[in-house]
Formats: sequence, C-alpha cells, structure tokens
Amino acid sequence: MKWLKQTGFAAAVSILVASMMLAGCGEPRPTSKAVYLLLDTSGTYTQELNKAQAIMNYLLATLNSDDSIAIARIDSGSFSEKDIIAKTTFDMRPSTANDQKRLFKHKIDAFVANLKQGSANTDITGGVLQAVEYVNETHAGEKYVLIFSDLEEDLPKGHIRDFPIKLEGIEVVALNVTKLRSDNIDPRDYQHRLESWQERVQQGGGSWRVVNDLERLDNLIVAR
Amino acid sequence: MFNEFLRVWSDSPGVSLSIWLAILVVALYLGRDQGHKVLEASGRTVFRTMRIWGFTLARLEQRLSLRNREILLAEGAKAAEKAIEREFTRVNTLVERDLSQYPSLHREIAETIEKIEADYQKSAETAPLPPAWGEVVETISALPTNGDATMNKILQNIKEAVEESHEETLKAYKKASSEKHALLAAMQPDWRKMDNKLQVVNEKITGLDERTKAIDSQIATYENIRKGTDAAVSSLGSSALTQFFIAGLVLVVAALGGLINFQLIALPMSEMVGGTSYIGVMKTSDIAALVIILIEIAMGLFLLESLRITHLFPMIGSMDDKMRRRMMVITLTILTILATIEASLAYMRDLLALDREALRQSLTSVGAGGAVDAQFRWIPSVGQMIMGFILPFALAFIAIPLESFIHSLRTVLGALVIGALRVLRVLVRMVGGAVLHISRVLVHFYDLLIMVPLSIERLIVHRTRPSERQTDAKSLEEPGVPEEIEASSEVKKPAARKARSTSKRKIPVLDDELSSDALQSQ
Repeated sequence: MKWLKQTGFAAAVSILVASMMLAGCGEPRPTSKAVYLLLDTSGTYTQELNKAQAIMNYLLATLNSDDSIAIARIDSGSFSEKDIIAKTTFDMRPSTANDQKRLFKHKIDAFVANLKQGSANTDITGGVLQAVEYVNETHAGEKYVLIFSDLEEDLPKGHIRDFPIKLEGIEVVALNVTKLRSDNIDPRDYQHRLESWQERVQQGGGSWRVVNDLERLDNLIVAR
Repeated sequence: MFNEFLRVWSDSPGVSLSIWLAILVVALYLGRDQGHKVLEASGRTVFRTMRIWGFTLARLEQRLSLRNREILLAEGAKAAEKAIEREFTRVNTLVERDLSQYPSLHREIAETIEKIEADYQKSAETAPLPPAWGEVVETISALPTNGDATMNKILQNIKEAVEESHEETLKAYKKASSEKHALLAAMQPDWRKMDNKLQVVNEKITGLDERTKAIDSQIATYENIRKGTDAAVSSLGSSALTQFFIAGLVLVVAALGGLINFQLIALPMSEMVGGTSYIGVMKTSDIAALVIILIEIAMGLFLLESLRITHLFPMIGSMDDKMRRRMMVITLTILTILATIEASLAYMRDLLALDREALRQSLTSVGAGGAVDAQFRWIPSVGQMIMGFILPFALAFIAIPLESFIHSLRTVLGALVIGALRVLRVLVRMVGGAVLHISRVLVHFYDLLIMVPLSIERLIVHRTRPSERQTDAKSLEEPGVPEEIEASSEVKKPAARKARSTSKRKIPVLDDELSSDALQSQ
C-alpha cells in the first residue's frame, strides 16, 4: 500500500505539473528578431517620414525583450554607421525594455522633427549593406530589413554598388514604394524598379516583399 | 496472364472457365474429407484457444476481484479501527475532563445532604407542648364562687396565672414552629443545589451513553468488515467511489486555482529571471513561477503532515512531537514568506501591466501617458495582492483531497480493471464462438460448391445400398460416434446440440484437453 500511496502521490503531482505546463507548451519556442529600418531622406521623400513614425511605433509595439531594432537613414552614402539614427537590443526585463522603447521613440521623433533638408543622392544599396551587417551581427533567428523608400537609387559619382549582396536568411520588405512622376508617364519603370530589386534580393538568397498599404502592417512581423 | 489462363482449354473463355470450374468442383469433391477437417479443426482450435483465454481472463478477474475485496476490507477495517480509537479517545477525554471532578462533586453532594440532614434533625426537635391545664382552668372556672370575694379573687388569680402560663407556652410553641419553618425554608436552596449537581452528573452520564452508542455502532461496522460481509464490501466500495469523485472535483478546483496563481506570478517573474531565456520550450520565468507554486504545495503537504491531518509521509508522522512542532513552524514560515513574495509579485504584475499600457498608448498616440483612470486603480492592485497572499495557503490544503484521491484511486482502478477484463472475456468468447460458427458455415458452403457430385453420390448410394444408410443412421444415434461421422451427419447435429443446451451450466466446463491446457497455462 505504501508504494501505491507514493506512486499515486507522484502521479497526482505530475498531473498537476503537466496541466500547468500545458499553459506554456502550446506554442513552439520563439526566436529573437532583428529589424533594420532604412528611411529614405532624399528629396521630396522626407515628406513621407511621418508614415515612417507609424511603422516605428508598430515595430516598437511588436518587438519584445531580446529583439533588436535599428533605424538608419538613406542619404548620399549610406554604408556608414553614422547614418544609424538609433539602435538597441531590448533588455530581458520587460520594464527596462519598455524604458528602452520610450527612449528609442524619443530619438526618432527628435530626428524627424529636426530634419529640414533631404540628401542630394540616394544610396539604397549602401544602406542595405549596412543593414545586412547589423542584422547578421545580432545572430537573431528572424532578420528583417525594411526599406522605406521609392527604391529609386541615385548614386553619387564614383560610388560602386553594382555587385551582388549576400542576403541569406534575411527578409527584405519594401515599404511605401511611392510612384515617381516618371512612373506615371511609363508605369513599366515602376515595375522594372521593383523587379530589379526583387531579383537582386532573391539572387542574394533573401526573400522579398512589398507592403504599400501601411494599414496592413499587421503581418509585417509575426508577433509572439 | 489471367486471359492466358482462361484460354488453356479452349479459345472461348466461357468454355474454358466451365472446364476450370468442373476441375475445381471435382478437386473439391475429392478433397472433401480433408477440406472439412481443415475447416473444422481450424474453427475448433480458434474456439478452444479463445475459451482458454476466456477461462484465464475469468480466473484473473476473479483473483483481482478477490484482491480488491481484501484491500477494500483491510482499508475499511483500518478506517473503522481509527474511528473506534477516536471514539475511545473522546470518551477518555470526557472521563478525564468531567469525571475527574467527580470526587469533589460527590463531596459537595454529601456535604449538602449532611447539611439537609442536620437541618432536618433540627426541625424535628419538638417544642414543649402546652400542659394540659385547660381542664384545670375549666374546673376552677366552674367552682361555685358563693359570693366570697376572697375566694373569687383567689380563683381569679389562679385563672389568670394559668391563662398567662398557657399563653407563654403557646408563644414558645409558635416560636419553635416558626424556627422549624425557617429551617425548612433554608433547606430549599440546598435541595436545588443538589438537584443541579445531580443534573450535571446526569448530563455527563448521558454524554457518555451517547458516545457508547456511537462506539457500539462503529464496533458493529467493524465486525461486519471483519466478517467480510457483502454489505460491508458494497458500502466500502460505494464510499471509495464517492471519495474518488469528490476528491477529484476538489483537485480540479485546486488545479484551476494553481493556474490562476501561475498567471498571477508568471509575468513579474520575467523581471527576476528574464523574459527571454528558455528551458526546452518553456520560458524560464514560467518554470520559476511553477516551481514557486509547487514548493508552496509541498510546504502545505508537509505542514498538514506535521499537523497529523494527512498521513502521506509516514516518516513525518512518526517524528517525535518536538521535531514535528519544529517542522510545523518551519513549513508555516516558508509558506508565509512565499505568500508574501507572491503578493509582491502580484503587485509588480499590476505595475508592469500599467507600464505596458502607458507605453502602448504613447505609441498609438491615444494619450500622453497616465491615460489610465487612476481613481479606482488601487482596487485591482489590492485584489491581486490579496489573491497572491491567500492562494498559497489555499493551495496548501490540497493535501487533504489528494490523500483521499490516492486512497480511493486503488479501489476505483481495481474496479475499472475488473470491468475491462470482463469486457475482454466476453469479447474473446464471442470471437471464439463466431469463428466456430463461421467454420461450420464454411463446411456447409464447401458442400454447396460440390453439391452436384454429392447429389450424384447420394443417388448412387441410395440406390445401391439402402440398408447401409439405415445402419449409419442408427449408429449415429448411439454414443461415442467418431468425430468425422458426426460432422458429416446432417440429422444428428441439431438433436445433439439440443440435448447439450438443455443441461444448465453455471461454471464453464472444459473438456479434459482444455482443462490440462488451462492448468499448464497457469
């Protein structure tokens, strides 16, 4: 009877533990995320930056502890750490992570408020290279590079960017790809622009997505 | 391939198929006896195997049932012994508490009686009766006065003296009587006191009497259990089943309480151990919260064990009282500390939720911070803190239903296994019977396939040897008929089966071969 009592006790405790563990075992273990948002600050695109703030807010609300985020601008020479406006990896403590988010938001708001004039050229490839470097350094499970731009690259003289980019395991998302005046004359230019970027990303081993309707940001990053 | 096979005998598939059929029928006819034997032997073998299985399962069921009964009776006897012991302890307490004062009570009653007796004695003392001077006074009054003044005066004086003396005596008598009445009146509270004392004694005796009746009832139950009566077994089984369901229900409620507790402390735990580390697929913070809850339950178990409310750990129960008290204090202290930690974690959870809400609102630009209405915000905070403090103590009591559940689990599991064995036995027997029946049907089907050559054979036999047929029929009616002949007989079988079915069978009877097989299998 003693063994039965002990076995029964162990079984009852196991059932209790199992029932409690079931509350947390429904989903697979989530991985950390790294997001690099490139903001086009060239020419008239600066007028679109208020939309970028909405994207940033969405990202801050979606990302959690141990996730990384960086926001950088695209200017004439974007392959530089100086173009990174703000970057952080959220602390493992939720309260500290919330403070980091507040600080991050404050930095971006200040940048947008102080930006008076756009850059003369648009070095998107340089920004993407910088983004790839950053997200790879984080060793995150899910890596995203978000490009908030019209994807019209305008390099300064002498800059070399026509080489393949390694984008393995990185999801590149083009956001708010606005149509240029020339696109209205020949819409194929817009298509060609998108297709050339898609081809470049996919050749580099990354995946490509375009989200123009910012109301549909829900599926941009899969929340935990 | 099949087409080639069809055209072996003729180019016409129909003709070829007919030839094949004829060959098949002839082959079946020639191998009729062997075919019948194969079918019958297979059917009977399966049937016998299934019967052996059924028999074995019945024995197993019987053995298990017996074992369950023994355990149920043993547990019942143990419980009854404990109940009787408890009743005796109560009687002992009653006797020690109430009847230990009996000598003083007896002395008080005796003193009261003595006092009453003394008062009675006093009241019994008779006052001197007035002397019988009435006649003297009357005689003196009746004396002739003769007008003699002196004589009259003397007589008058005598009369007055006598009357005065009489009045004094009467006064003394009245005084004595009133004193007696006073004594008797003084005895009244003593009577009442004694009456009260006797009532107290009566109540105590009545209490003892009731306990004695309870002990009688328990002893009667215990006797039934010792005798192993069916009524006692049934009562104990029913009691175990009720205990199982009630304890199970309470355990489910406790598990839900544990889940609520878990949700209350899982989020703030991430502030302590981090919200990003994982052990397996579970967050470390969740595991930490779970561990705290389990430690609380364990402490509750130890606390109730050291209080001797439950008896899950014999080692704790057998500790000496000093050690047990120490353990009680330690577990209660740990439980209180954990409850306090939980209360603070619950408060932190509320703060975190507020912070998150404020951040969310600032991100969506709904309001510039502090948008949460703070007027009644303290109510959920306090509620969560109280819940965080109370739930660990509530979970500590899980030990009581857990013990009942474990005790009744053995009986319920035993009953379930017996039920499963019974169902399995019936299934095995049914399969055996069905296979035997199918084998018989197949034998008839075999004959159906070869009915043409069989009919021809029967016709020839009928014409050539009618006398042999009669002999065969007679020989079939006699006992000890060979199996082959019995199987081929169409007439005999129903009669024999009918004869077998008329004999009532209470116990499954196995033939010699089956019995030996069953014995070997044991």
